[in-house]
Amino acid sequence: MTPQQGAQQTLLSASDLYCERDDRVLFEGLALSITDGELIQLAGPNGAGKTTLLRLLAGLNRDFEGQLLWHDVPLMTVYPEYAGNRLYMGHLSAVKKSLTALENLRWLTAQDRPSEKQLWEALEHVALAGYEHTPCLQLSAGQQRRVALARLKISRAPLWILDEPFTALDKDGVSWLEGELQAHVSNGGAVIITSHHALEGIPGLRRLELGGVV
Amino acid sequence: MSLVRATVRRDLLLAARNPGEWANPLMFFLMVAALFPMAVDPNPEFLAKIAGGVIWVAALLATLLSLDSLYRADVEDGSLEQWLASGESLYAMSLGKALVHWCISGLPLTLMSPLLGVMLHLPEEAYFALFISLAVGTPVLSLLGAVGAALTASLRSGGLLLALLILPLYVPVLIFAASAVYHAGIGMAYNGQVAMLGAMLALALALTPFAAGAALKLNLSR
Amino acid sequence: MWQWLVRLYHRLGSPKWFYEMTERWIFWLALAAGGSAIVGLVLGLLYAPADYQQGDSFRIIYIHVPAALLAQSAYMMMAVAGAVYLIWRMKMAAWVAKVIAPVGAAFCLIALLTGAIWGKPTWGTWWVWDARLTSMLMLLFLYFGVMALQQAMESEEASYKAGAILALVGLVNIPIIKYSVEWWNTLHQPATLKLTEKPSMHPDMLWPLLIMIVSTYLFFALVVILRTRNEILWHERKRQWVRKILES
Repeated sequence: MTPQQGAQQTLLSASDLYCERDDRVLFEGLALSITDGELIQLAGPNGAGKTTLLRLLAGLNRDFEGQLLWHDVPLMTVYPEYAGNRLYMGHLSAVKKSLTALENLRWLTAQDRPSEKQLWEALEHVALAGYEHTPCLQLSAGQQRRVALARLKISRAPLWILDEPFTALDKDGVSWLEGELQAHVSNGGAVIITSHHALEGIPGLRRLELGGVV
Repeated sequence: MSLVRATVRRDLLLAARNPGEWANPLMFFLMVAALFPMAVDPNPEFLAKIAGGVIWVAALLATLLSLDSLYRADVEDGSLEQWLASGESLYAMSLGKALVHWCISGLPLTLMSPLLGVMLHLPEEAYFALFISLAVGTPVLSLLGAVGAALTASLRSGGLLLALLILPLYVPVLIFAASAVYHAGIGMAYNGQVAMLGAMLALALALTPFAAGAALKLNLSR
Repeated sequence: MWQWLVRLYHRLGSPKWFYEMTERWIFWLALAAGGSAIVGLVLGLLYAPADYQQGDSFRIIYIHVPAALLAQSAYMMMAVAGAVYLIWRMKMAAWVAKVIAPVGAAFCLIALLTGAIWGKPTWGTWWVWDARLTSMLMLLFLYFGVMALQQAMESEEASYKAGAILALVGLVNIPIIKYSVEWWNTLHQPATLKLTEKPSMHPDMLWPLLIMIVSTYLFFALVVILRTRNEILWHERKRQWVRKILES
């Protein structure tokens, strides 16, 4: 399905978000909604609260005021369902150094229950063919990042929430990831991302500036 | 539940890849127990009297030593974030983690305890009591300790603090377990003590994963 | 009744209300605590008859028992306040819990010290592994744990929550610890002279004790209120109403 066909559906919407950390107001009155086929890039200086907002939207952080709706239902009441439909990747990749690329990916995608074949294909996709049984401590930072990103090939979640996914990637990796984001969005998926990387080429891109505005 | 199962499998695999994780506490257990005869009195009759208590204190300290790393790596590398993001129950996750901890600390300690019994001249009648008290008591140590480990996982000097938090909570286990071994040694019944340990295990199984789950959420750095 | 409770809850949750309300209480609380302490001590030290076994040394009971009782209830109050914070996110409860910890620990320490001083003439030694003293020692360790944890956490919120979780785990454990220590004690020292367990206490001895217990609780309430007011001022220092107070 392309975004042009059929009625667009609001996946996630937030209104009147207020969040403070240790007596400092990060944002207040913040509203945002995302429909399929959209990509929202959160931008702003360091400390503006990008990661906090991202975690809040992912349902990880519940210390805030305001409303979060998933398909027009309060998100926390349907959290397990929401968790199954959104993929969250923090700036930490949860890759264990003494396990192999394959073992790590198997853990990362445990909830999707992929077949062995899917796992191998996903690793091949991120240019790690031949490294399946290599312990991750022998891989470079960029390669470890790719192990984590291989999840994107396996996940069936319509909403991706990604925190600085371009970190440590080389040029090929960057263009691969851009391609993945574009493909996901044009297949009717949605992405919320924090990144200092320019994502101009992707249709459906919106930028949300944090910090200084409040 | 799939992520809980995958985590249990992954942690066991990690322990297999890094044998120090389970072997170091075992060696520590052995060494601490060996210090007592040298520090106090190597006389077999005296040792027989204190053997149960010494082995239990050593087991308790060895457990504490291995607890510190239970959640630390998971907090630092982002695994914790993934658990929270998975929508799976944190109760099940903490229970799974405590189970893994017992498999790599309490279980080997239990299996190795007869060796220490020999070194400390434990009376023959007390071996089974030692074994059963460790088998029932060490899971309680893992479960209670997991709460402390979850509370201190993101603190740099967590290890010592963990001991401060957890040791007073270990007192009942220590009292009943050491007494079971002692009473078995002098030929008295010890099933009451083992029953108490069993009751504590049931209570710990039911309640501590809630506390550990709640504590885990505190480690989500901002 | 229920509605009244709900209203009280909302009021207690408001730092401003608490601050203004307690303003009026402080004087009367201080008066009641001080007055009852004087009455209790005079009665206990001067008028109560000497103990037939322990002589005058038993009179330390008028400090020891109230302190021990308070140390235990303070832990319970701290855990309950912590639970209120965890469940309803009421900040006032977190401040109260934080404020209680050192006060409760101090009373625990007083109970231990007076127990040791009492032990010297009674048992001929400063420390005996008596069931009650051992339980008190474990309680002191539990207090230390909560305080050390609160102090170590980097963010304030995390320190409140961590302290509350640990206090609750401790609360469940206290009866188990007490039971196990008592069981252990009867096993090893069946014939110790118990410090406070008298078959029956003469009313002239008992009354001052009851008055001292009330007095100690009043004093505790006073200290906790004063310390909570400090917390309120600090945390609400940027609010208008606090600025007004500070300026005047």
